[in-house]
Amino acid sequence: MDRRQFLKTSTAGFAALGAGTAPWRSARAQAGPIKIGLLAPLTGVVASGGKEMVEGVQFYLDQVKSEMGGRKVELTIEDDASNPDTALQKARRLVEQSNCHMLMGDLLANTGLAVANYVKGNGTPYFIPIIAADDLTQRGRIKNVIRVAGYSASAFTHPLGDWVLKQGYKKIATISQDYTFGHEQCGGLAQVFTEGGGEIVQQFWHPLNTADFSPYLGQIADLKIDAVFAMETGADSTRFIQQYAAFGLKGKTPLLMAMNGTDQSVIRTIGDEAEGIISPAHFAEGSDNAVTAKFEKDYEAKYGKIPSLYGFSMYSGMMWIDAALKKMGGKVEDRDAFIDTVLKTQLENSPLGKVVKFDAYGNPIYDVYIRKVTKRADGKFWNVPTQTYSDVSQFWKYDPETYMKQPPYSRTFQGIKKA
Amino acid sequence: MRPSLGVTRRSAILAAGTVLPAACLPLVLSNYQVGLATEVLIFGILAMSIDILAGFAGRTSLAHGAIFGVSTYVVVYCTAHAGLAPSIAFALGVAAATGVAAVFAVLAVRTSGVYFLLLTLALGMIIWGVCLRWTQVTGGENGMRGDVRPVLLLEHVSFFWAVLAAAALVSFAMWRFVRSPFGLTLRGIRDSESRMRSLGYNVPLHLFIGFTVSGFFAGVAGALYAMFNNFVSPSTVALAQSVEGVLMMIAGGVGTLFGAFVGAAAIIALENIVSAYTERWQMVLGITFVLIVIFAPEGIIGKLRALLAR
Repeated sequence: MDRRQFLKTSTAGFAALGAGTAPWRSARAQAGPIKIGLLAPLTGVVASGGKEMVEGVQFYLDQVKSEMGGRKVELTIEDDASNPDTALQKARRLVEQSNCHMLMGDLLANTGLAVANYVKGNGTPYFIPIIAADDLTQRGRIKNVIRVAGYSASAFTHPLGDWVLKQGYKKIATISQDYTFGHEQCGGLAQVFTEGGGEIVQQFWHPLNTADFSPYLGQIADLKIDAVFAMETGADSTRFIQQYAAFGLKGKTPLLMAMNGTDQSVIRTIGDEAEGIISPAHFAEGSDNAVTAKFEKDYEAKYGKIPSLYGFSMYSGMMWIDAALKKMGGKVEDRDAFIDTVLKTQLENSPLGKVVKFDAYGNPIYDVYIRKVTKRADGKFWNVPTQTYSDVSQFWKYDPETYMKQPPYSRTFQGIKKA
Repeated sequence: MRPSLGVTRRSAILAAGTVLPAACLPLVLSNYQVGLATEVLIFGILAMSIDILAGFAGRTSLAHGAIFGVSTYVVVYCTAHAGLAPSIAFALGVAAATGVAAVFAVLAVRTSGVYFLLLTLALGMIIWGVCLRWTQVTGGENGMRGDVRPVLLLEHVSFFWAVLAAAALVSFAMWRFVRSPFGLTLRGIRDSESRMRSLGYNVPLHLFIGFTVSGFFAGVAGALYAMFNNFVSPSTVALAQSVEGVLMMIAGGVGTLFGAFVGAAAIIALENIVSAYTERWQMVLGITFVLIVIFAPEGIIGKLRALLAR
């Protein structure tokens, strides 16, 4: 589907709607297409990820010929410009002007949180396959904000903490971008690891867009540690992996990363430096699961690159919404029923190759892979699963109520157990 | 210099002729467009507060976005975390912005020209840095959310009217301010600082008060913005916010005061209309600016005035 064409039709729609009244609108909507408002950062710091998000959605719509739950789908794409104020404005436009039945997308946590706060007030269903902020499905849950095919930040580093212990690593250091997404991922690891008897020797927090990691790597090299955990996204991750190797640390101290650190969007631009990095995730493009392999092959054939987390998540999110719409005959106008149905629907036939369902908080329960960056026969690198943790809850093995009584992970609270 | 300092009949008619049609806007606009109109008013106030300094004291500030944002932060914090009533939060927000402006003023009034620009830029960046890094209070990158808007104003239309009333009041206050003897002194300083000094005026004190008052108005805009968005994050205090305010002022016309609303309307409309067609809307915005600066350096209102006077 052509973005411009959609925009043209929807703009013509705006003009006609200028004087429209509410009953007229809903009468028309009942018969018309299902309108999905997609928010993605097409400009700004994370624009490349935003483009892959759009690809993922369009890849799905192409496969189902733009029909979900028996009705045509009209997709309106808006650029959130990687900026929460813009995201909010565009969300308003999609809901109030384009009359979208649901919103989907956003990449940066702050854009997602801004939109979530907005839909809290008006009840529009909002799906967040990428936004990982823990509290959206924990302490600050909003019922109509659903993490279809998404994950909460600390959910995968909990099992990684356990895995690190099982490797016999006793002392590790962490280095991370200094913002909530990093605090949450490091916190998940730190809590499980220290409660199991491990020791976090030091935690480094650096600003986003750090060009030179040598001050940190120099200190890391001097520490007596068994492994390093790094939480980096985008260009920071590329630079970190390259400089880690250049410093001679690769092969000396094992490097563990958050899943976004070794995502395709990062490692497809670098080479041997990335080999062997361990990361936990629900999706591994190098899995030998037949369904995953087919998705990977089709996606690569269409877009000429191995799918990243962004493409995969948006694709699977659309699939999940579609499954719910099929169940209820496409009656997306009945918001409450729609939200309830989505929450009760299981994700089947997704590229994960496994059935996924929601927990009681609107967060999916996945099998979490411990992945290793491996060289493919054609010389490209991808993440291959080496071990699986089944049915991992966002609360790990803790009781949800007790877990949510502790503060959210932050720079000052990392859940570290004092020895 | 214009002779009348009070409200003449002509200006009263003009004011009524602008505010009344504006108040009728919700009758013809859709909900979303009313939201945009509200945003235009809020940013109009911000641009106007910058115009007090730029147009009347000859000093363009790049810190006003940050001052505006301080107020937004304080209002959201007070309602969402401290549980204060919106009216008290509003007052505290404006007070905080005025306080910050006073501190900035002390540091900045002795400079002018490009040094003033750079100093205010640096001061604004400090605010941004604090908001980004002081995670426990500001929520860092993620910002803060809350139900800031009073229940009475939840509807788009009622909120629009409230903002319109505030904008009218604040505009009148600023208009009186720049036309007062004090405002005339500021203009004198703009035209020749050394002459004003030799005439016995306390130039730094005048600039200090001018800066602080302008910060107060930016704070009002920021507090309204908190109620508009129910959300705040570092992008609200970022340099881009200050620059946007300055650009709105320039587009409307430096020193025209009310041109700020025209500039805000032009830029917000452009952002929203063009972005529907292309994600490269910032480029279109840039080109528009180049054109304005070349063909109408006095701004939209300034150009209109010149055409009418011809």
